[in-house]
Amino acid sequence: MKAFQRVSGIAIPMPRADIDTDAIIPQQWLITTERSGLGSGLFGNWRYLNGTRAPDPGFILNDPRLQDARILVAGPNYGCGSSREHAVWAHLDYGIEAVIAPSFGPIFHDNALKNGLAAVMLEASAISQILASLAAPPGQKMTVDLRTNAVTGPDGTAYRFTMAADRREALLLGRDDIAATLEMADAIEAFQQADRRRRPWVWDAKAADTP
Amino acid sequence: MSPYASPPAATSLFDKLWNTHLIKVLPGERGLIHIDRHLLHDLSSPQAFAGLRASGRPVRSASLAVAVPDHIVDTHPGRGDGTVPGGQAMITALRENARSTGIRLFDIGDPRQGIVHVIAAEQGIVLPGMTAACGDSHTCTLGALGSWAFGIGTSEVEHILATQTLVLKKPRSFRLTVTGQRRPGVTAKDLALGMIAQIGVDAVGGGVLEFAGPAIRELSMEARFTLCNMGIEASARSAIIAPDETTFRYIAQHPLSPAWSGMALAAWRKLKSDPDAAFAGEFHFDCDGLAPQISWGTNPGQTIGVDAPIPEPAPDAPLRTREAAERALHYMGLAPGQKLLGLPVQTVFIGSCTNGRLSDLQSAASILKGRRVAPHMRALAVPGSTKVKRDAEALGLDRIFRAAGFEWRESGCSMCVGMNADRVEAGARCVSTSNRNFEGRQGQGARTHLASPLTAAAAAIAGCIADPRALAPL
Repeated sequence: MKAFQRVSGIAIPMPRADIDTDAIIPQQWLITTERSGLGSGLFGNWRYLNGTRAPDPGFILNDPRLQDARILVAGPNYGCGSSREHAVWAHLDYGIEAVIAPSFGPIFHDNALKNGLAAVMLEASAISQILASLAAPPGQKMTVDLRTNAVTGPDGTAYRFTMAADRREALLLGRDDIAATLEMADAIEAFQQADRRRRPWVWDAKAADTP
Repeated sequence: MSPYASPPAATSLFDKLWNTHLIKVLPGERGLIHIDRHLLHDLSSPQAFAGLRASGRPVRSASLAVAVPDHIVDTHPGRGDGTVPGGQAMITALRENARSTGIRLFDIGDPRQGIVHVIAAEQGIVLPGMTAACGDSHTCTLGALGSWAFGIGTSEVEHILATQTLVLKKPRSFRLTVTGQRRPGVTAKDLALGMIAQIGVDAVGGGVLEFAGPAIRELSMEARFTLCNMGIEASARSAIIAPDETTFRYIAQHPLSPAWSGMALAAWRKLKSDPDAAFAGEFHFDCDGLAPQISWGTNPGQTIGVDAPIPEPAPDAPLRTREAAERALHYMGLAPGQKLLGLPVQTVFIGSCTNGRLSDLQSAASILKGRRVAPHMRALAVPGSTKVKRDAEALGLDRIFRAAGFEWRESGCSMCVGMNADRVEAGARCVSTSNRNFEGRQGQGARTHLASPLTAAAAAIAGCIADPRALAPL
């Protein structure tokens, strides 16, 4: 996984609650077997004029002052809905490295932290303050620093955040979660051996084998 | 035992499931959890297999996995691999990945094919007390069996393929107790929608939601799947119902080996919350007086009784609620105070992992029998699995749907996720038995109203949103 330590750059305000992963990356961009190239689908149905690839100038992502944005600030329950990890890949491919919100959809949150996209939670009051500052003028910069657990708002205000220690460490180091689990292979093997005796029916996969 | 020893702490159903699958306690309230069943489909797995190949890691426990194409598949009769451009590669990838790793595949044309959450239950793949994970948020459906079932992302799919485990922080456990008596015409879907409208779309915050109470006990197994399926729409990553005789009768269609069936049943009977188990939060929902529900907005919590007017946002409602309502009404082309009854509808979709089972089709057919859909209505019936389709055809339901003017399709996710060619046109209004009314979910600009199969069938006949209680079977 890509490590995340700190990002500083232009922040996009998305003052909406419950932005779901269908909105983040609509279904027509999911028809792929790749992780790459999904940035063009980020907010696809909001970003382009009806069914075309012509940018809708009214949508915030298309504001010329917000090009090269690195951070996105949104309302509560960001990334709710579908488990599609494409939603996370789309942010990263677009260039967004951190998303800040009062709360996240549970699966999006986990997916983000497994891909090096910093999903940072701040109090709703802090988010309201930041969104208000970002509203004008567009193109202001913020910083998310995972080394110090601090977000710096566009006006220089510092906000502290917390993140589960193991997730924070994995992000900082860009740790490979699977490699870490494979170090516990002996424990997994022992569990499976014992489980075959304890719950033999779990290991009898024949039930559905005959069409 | 000493009479002074402290009694064992009371545990919830979820605590028991967690403890059974805990391989190792990890720092930070985390655990290494064994995954008993890994369900794979065409949308969320190709990148996981690619990652596994890139790192040279083998699949650890292929016999505990099942793969099925459902999201991208064509649903027209006589289908092959052909679907929307780019889609065939997803089907081919699933097939190749299953073949090369020795994972069971229920391919297109196999009588066991269907929507992953439907077939995992009906084929006896997921049983009470198991952990089941799938790269799909509606995996919570399978918690109706008393299993701990939840949706994951593609990175976690890869993690399970390589290790048959996940590292998880123990989720918080909530309970929703349902009381009261549903009236005729009020289904499990109405219960689910009404519940979400009451507690809110982020009520459970990614935790586990146990459904309990007398009104849950009397639900059929298929109704329980519908209810648990909608758990994620209240942000419950898992929904669970303690297994009982209804559950055991359902799973008896795939008898276990007599060598351990007694042992399994004894273990399953212990799967319930202790009377004094503690929960992170408790909710209560009363079915008395509940009308058939229908969504008016763009999240499943924006739901009302079919005969009610769209609510005016209360002046003291949080800004979030008011803004969300305004945006939703704009997208849906509706206004506060407006009644949904009589609103013209162009499309009706009956299917999905929420309402694509036999009893759902029977329920819709009870209204459709002897009637015709309104002129210009596009009406789609997409069975949740190939088995559901065949069982329905054996009962003659396909003839009822066709005679009424419905298209009768092969099974798949279809118009619920809009990934194949089955989409709702921009601006068209669709009454759908699926689970999400998000903007653009059924197609860009599509206006989705979530409802039960009865309400969807009534809309197809009337050509507008209609109260199913007004349409008695002919």
